[in-house]
Amino acid sequence: MAGAQTHRLGNGGLVDRSAPLNFRFDGKAFSGFQGDTLASALIANGVKLVGRSFKYHRPRGILTSGSEEPNALVELRTGARREPNTKATTAELYDGLEAASQNRWPSLRHDVMSVNQLFAPIFVAGFYYKTFMWPAKFWEAIYEPAIRRAAGLGRAAGVADPDHYDKAWAHCDVLIAGSGPTGLAAALAAGRSGARVILCEEDFTLGGRLLSDGGTIDGVPAAEWLSRTLAELADMPDVRIMTRTTLFGVYDGGTYGAIERVNDHLPSPPQHQVRQRLWRIVAKRCVVAAGAIERPIVFAGNDTPGVMMASAIRTYVARYAATPAKRLALFTNNEDGWRTVETALGAGLQIAAVIDARPEISPAHRSLASKGGFPVLHGSVSGVDGGKDGVRKIAVSLTGGARAEVEADGLAVSGGWNPAVGLTSFHRGRPAWRDDISAFVPDGAPPGMVAAGAANGDFGLGACLSQGFAAGAAAARDTGHSGIVGTAPAADDEAFSLTPLWHVAGKGKAFVDYQHDVTASDIELAQREGFESVEHLKRYTTLGMATDQGKTSNVAGLAIMAAVSGRSIPETGTTIYRPPYVPVAIGAFAGHHRDETFHATRLTPSHHWAVEQGAVFVDTGLWKRAQWYPRAGEKDWLESVTREVKAVRSGVGFCDVSTLGKIDVHGPDAGAFLDRVYINTFSSLAVGKARYGLMLREDGIVYDDGTTSRLAEDHYFLTTTTAKAGLVMQHLEFCRQVLFPELDVQLTSVSDQWAQFSIAGPKTRDLLREIVDPSEDLSNEGFPFMGVREVALRGGLRARLFRISFSGEMAFEISVPARFGDAMARNLMLAGAPFGVTPYGTEALGVMRVEKGHIAGPELSGTTTAADLGLGKMMSTKKDYIGRVMAGREALVAPDRQVVVGIRPTDRTRRLRSGAHIIPKGQTPGPGNDQGYVTSVCFSPTLDQWIGLALVERGRERIGEIVHAHDPLRGEDYDVELCNPVFYDPDGGRQRG
Amino acid sequence: MRIVCPFCGERELGEFTYLGDTKPVRPEAGASEDEVFDYVYLRDNVAGDTSEYWYHGGGCRAWLKVTRNTLTHEISSIEPAAGAGAAKVDA
Ligand SMILES: [Zn+2]
Repeated sequence: MAGAQTHRLGNGGLVDRSAPLNFRFDGKAFSGFQGDTLASALIANGVKLVGRSFKYHRPRGILTSGSEEPNALVELRTGARREPNTKATTAELYDGLEAASQNRWPSLRHDVMSVNQLFAPIFVAGFYYKTFMWPAKFWEAIYEPAIRRAAGLGRAAGVADPDHYDKAWAHCDVLIAGSGPTGLAAALAAGRSGARVILCEEDFTLGGRLLSDGGTIDGVPAAEWLSRTLAELADMPDVRIMTRTTLFGVYDGGTYGAIERVNDHLPSPPQHQVRQRLWRIVAKRCVVAAGAIERPIVFAGNDTPGVMMASAIRTYVARYAATPAKRLALFTNNEDGWRTVETALGAGLQIAAVIDARPEISPAHRSLASKGGFPVLHGSVSGVDGGKDGVRKIAVSLTGGARAEVEADGLAVSGGWNPAVGLTSFHRGRPAWRDDISAFVPDGAPPGMVAAGAANGDFGLGACLSQGFAAGAAAARDTGHSGIVGTAPAADDEAFSLTPLWHVAGKGKAFVDYQHDVTASDIELAQREGFESVEHLKRYTTLGMATDQGKTSNVAGLAIMAAVSGRSIPETGTTIYRPPYVPVAIGAFAGHHRDETFHATRLTPSHHWAVEQGAVFVDTGLWKRAQWYPRAGEKDWLESVTREVKAVRSGVGFCDVSTLGKIDVHGPDAGAFLDRVYINTFSSLAVGKARYGLMLREDGIVYDDGTTSRLAEDHYFLTTTTAKAGLVMQHLEFCRQVLFPELDVQLTSVSDQWAQFSIAGPKTRDLLREIVDPSEDLSNEGFPFMGVREVALRGGLRARLFRISFSGEMAFEISVPARFGDAMARNLMLAGAPFGVTPYGTEALGVMRVEKGHIAGPELSGTTTAADLGLGKMMSTKKDYIGRVMAGREALVAPDRQVVVGIRPTDRTRRLRSGAHIIPKGQTPGPGNDQGYVTSVCFSPTLDQWIGLALVERGRERIGEIVHAHDPLRGEDYDVELCNPVFYDPDGGRQRG
Repeated sequence: MRIVCPFCGERELGEFTYLGDTKPVRPEAGASEDEVFDYVYLRDNVAGDTSEYWYHGGGCRAWLKVTRNTLTHEISSIEPAAGAGAAKVDA
């Protein structure tokens, strides 16, 4: 039978007793209720020990009831969904929940590594820096693995996350962080004004501290006001309330990051639903009503299970009807802590004593003590006697020097409250110190953001309501909404008289940062060793650097540093705050951008046809391109590619080349414009002709190449490489708009509008005559090499025909509107059947371009000049163009530059590989004699051997020289001959035929 | 960050591409290597307001001249960059 919930009150709380839930912690069965967190359910079952600490493996219990929790971190769920370092205090209980404690072996109660405590003197501040300095090679092999095993947190699942994550945008006038009294009052005012409001609440229940502390608002109990307010907000169509959603960051221009835990409260997300959703919220105004975080007091043994924040105890008792202790003591330095006594007495708990560090307490509390029959001790807690089973005895140093002991099984601690200054400080705003509450309050918040209520350092319920209401109304007004807001909800302010107390001297470890095991003496040591600056202190001691980002520890750490360095707290200052405010899973940032949807996929017009043909595809940028078309019986890619090349060179083949970038250039100055962006001249190109063009960057290096055709006097059709399509468009727009505004020219991207196929091989005309209207003259005279013309196809469709050749064969490219691309591929197959037409992929395309010595991506490497590529003669000397002057720089025209040259192995049977270094023959390879490298290789079916292109120093002057190819990556060394890069048909007769 | 495109309205950063400082003006044809070198490479590293080219590639494809504070990312003006980098020929 799952646990008896021994520590659950008989009635009360916001848990649904009609909905019991079973769960397991470290394998043991327990039960809780709907409405519990894992932490409240553990408390209801009397569980005190929930984890072991980071460095010393000390037993730890639950400290808080919210997202600031440093101790109660568990591995939640199992298998692929196992999630380490999950806060038990915010994990909603569900039926079947499984959680395990972390950082212990073999078990939580008997943890071998707790012997670390015996070596505590070596685990002091700067331990990592001091201990593992040398020898350096020991770090990776010995120190780091050992430390990671001993000082670590939870284990990651180690397998792919099975869940989906979503990303979404939202827009509003007023964004509100938090649904406590401040946030709800802000939402009421802004909503009534007519503003579009989004309110984010990280809890699964709305109300914030009202759920734990109650109170009276507008003369009615807080719970009644809460339900009335929520009903009014629900009726406002422009108010959106998002629970389980934490605002974690603020970015430029009023953009906010929020993480919505859509289905974290279920064992696994329902089908087709996401686990979490990352929101980017664009808001004109933001009201931070994120409340405040109660801070611990640093004293020896303050990490003993059973020592908890006073407000957390109120929450567990009032909201969850779960009792962390039967006999409770309170250690406080302010009035607010006493509310825990009132709550505990109301729930029938025993109060052992109140230890109040202030010189005086109010008469009301004095009479409460005498009525409740417990002593009030003026002094401080100096030590805790207890262990993994919790608190047993509390040592008290009384004001005046005497000592006392209190027997209790729980200790509530209240050291005051720190406003949640995260969001307001993310744009490097440094919070300001307020003496009356001894806390930092928001200052320098990003534009449009304001903090209100407890988040602004005003803790009273009345102040929260009035400030929140005023902030909501102002935000709505600022965004142009002027509806009638009515009057602010009213309540009294509770007293909050605080005497600062940060650290009680005593024997034993006194923890500042629980999660990173940073003690008060670590901070004192850091100060002695000169690490006084807060940023140094943080990094030297690791204070505030754990997953909780020091929410409960930073201010206490600063206060202790201030005390030992003789400065004030504001002089000591704060470290820089950075988002995210709570940990956010990487999966949420990735959203759907993973696996096959990592990026968008572009499909060529003939893609589906190619799939039917059994094509093998290759990713080129976003595109899927057919790489080759295997046929039955072919044993590898090389056999398929070789067949495709031979078919083209001896018959006819076709290839989808639609991925090239295509840009229409219109206007009376189109030619003049192209003259300025290409190194060669286009204004002189005749209508109906195409020309190869080369573009430089302004620094003189080659940018892109492609064929541009003149379709009419004022209309050019420009093509780019596949890779640079978008970038060239951007570059040309820059030239047009910014550099040459006097030219009358327009650019239109038409890459997606045209399906384009290369048809190549000696039988190209035979195939085309089956497709093109018989009246079209395709002869050499009627359609010469580099000719361009619109033609009619059989059936009437108009197409563009370009007589250009990448393969070196007699070839045309045919271009039809993209929606006819699929039909064109099918038609080419059908019409070409009598001629043995063969579809070929990018691999055969690449082989034929290497055989022809054409440059492509590997040679357009961003380091080569036109002359390096053998295209120096194209550089016009009669005009200005982008890159002209810089291309003339001394180093870019040096005679010993590496230039494109052909290579072939001296051993005809040898395979070549790209990347091999070129070394002079007979020399030992080294950086001093590296003369270049192999850029492109292929097996040439035409030459029946491997051939390649290389960039080699003075390569063109060295044709015929035997050099050495050195490939240290693959351990290969062989000789190659430098040769003319045009291996096939060097005089170009075939493409002109 | 959000940029108010003069043609499209307020849009998110992801629609835009950054290029750099608008101050350098492309020298006229016939300029010396030194002048062009300055134009291509030399930039001020400003802590404060700086004028930058941004391209609205995810929208209207306009090149914009955006005045942005490099310390706060605050944008104080946005206008079309038309002609901003053109060689200035004396009238
Ligand atoms: Zn635009």
